[in-house]
Amino acid sequence: MSKFQKKRGKSSPEISTASLPDIIFMLLFFFMVVTVLRDSSLKVEVVVPQATELTKLEKKSLVNYLYMGTPKDAEKAIYGTKPRLQLGDKIADLDQIPLFIAQHREKVPEAQQPQITSSLRVDGEVTMGIVTDVKTQLRKSGQLKVNYSAKPRPE
Amino acid sequence: MPKKSSKDRLSNEINAGSMADIAFLLLIFFLVTTTIDVDKGVLVRLPPWSEDEPETEKLNKRNVYSVLVNANNELLVRGEPASVDNLRENAKNFIINPDNRSDMAETPQKAIISLRNDRGTKYGTYLEVYNELKAAYTELRNAESQKRFGKDFEFLDRDRRKEIINAIPLILSEAEPTDFGAES
Repeated sequence: MSKFQKKRGKSSPEISTASLPDIIFMLLFFFMVVTVLRDSSLKVEVVVPQATELTKLEKKSLVNYLYMGTPKDAEKAIYGTKPRLQLGDKIADLDQIPLFIAQHREKVPEAQQPQITSSLRVDGEVTMGIVTDVKTQLRKSGQLKVNYSAKPRPE
Repeated sequence: MPKKSSKDRLSNEINAGSMADIAFLLLIFFLVTTTIDVDKGVLVRLPPWSEDEPETEKLNKRNVYSVLVNANNELLVRGEPASVDNLRENAKNFIINPDNRSDMAETPQKAIISLRNDRGTKYGTYLEVYNELKAAYTELRNAESQKRFGKDFEFLDRDRRKEIINAIPLILSEAEPTDFGAES
């Protein structure tokens, strides 16, 4: 009745790991392609509001970020408690916006410059005063494509 | 220089055993630094800046849907207090004006949304209102493209999209905010 052959001796039943590096490399390349190195560390508290009419920002290289919010606890001693603007990884003043926009524009090929979008990441609790001032500065520097960053609202 | 025999080379194989470890290390690094989530938001186009006062166009009052958000985050729509919850429906009604009422937009092309806020308005509220207004237009455009082409607006090709946009253009004018509730 023994249909099953007894295993012959002790031939080592090892799995070949020769292809393991290849598999890992595949994963590695995948993550390398989708990766975006973590952007600037935030000095201000930003919890973006929720919305439904969302557009995805496709090309990261064509987006610059302006953060607005109250300074985080560690920064309060230096920057106070009023809402501030952060450009790149520094707290900045409003009159630094045109330079910030111009610097980003320089890095982008001329043909794509009209597609540059400014993403405003603004804390929901901030008042419109500072947001309006920033918008005015953006308009003055000819940066008209603006995105109000928001999270999708769960239905 | 005598060539090495192939026998020699045979013993010179690189040990690939540690390759996996190196790859793992890199993999973990990229796993940690990766952020797959993309930035999403409400896309708007600001009007170009001009130094001189904007021309005050004489507008027929019936075509203007004025929305005011004050420093206490309360809404005033066409002079009446309102809430955000039914803003979308009201705005849609105003734009298409199904009953041909004399106090609503003549045609969707002529409808103008006027949004005004105080400097003390909370950004969250402002965005919520803006979102509702934009949603009203999105729903109208979807309805129109369903009627004409049987597809949602976002799946249309360029020319058809233009046609719908011409039929229901989004005209949203934002006035300079008033100084109420400004943090000095």
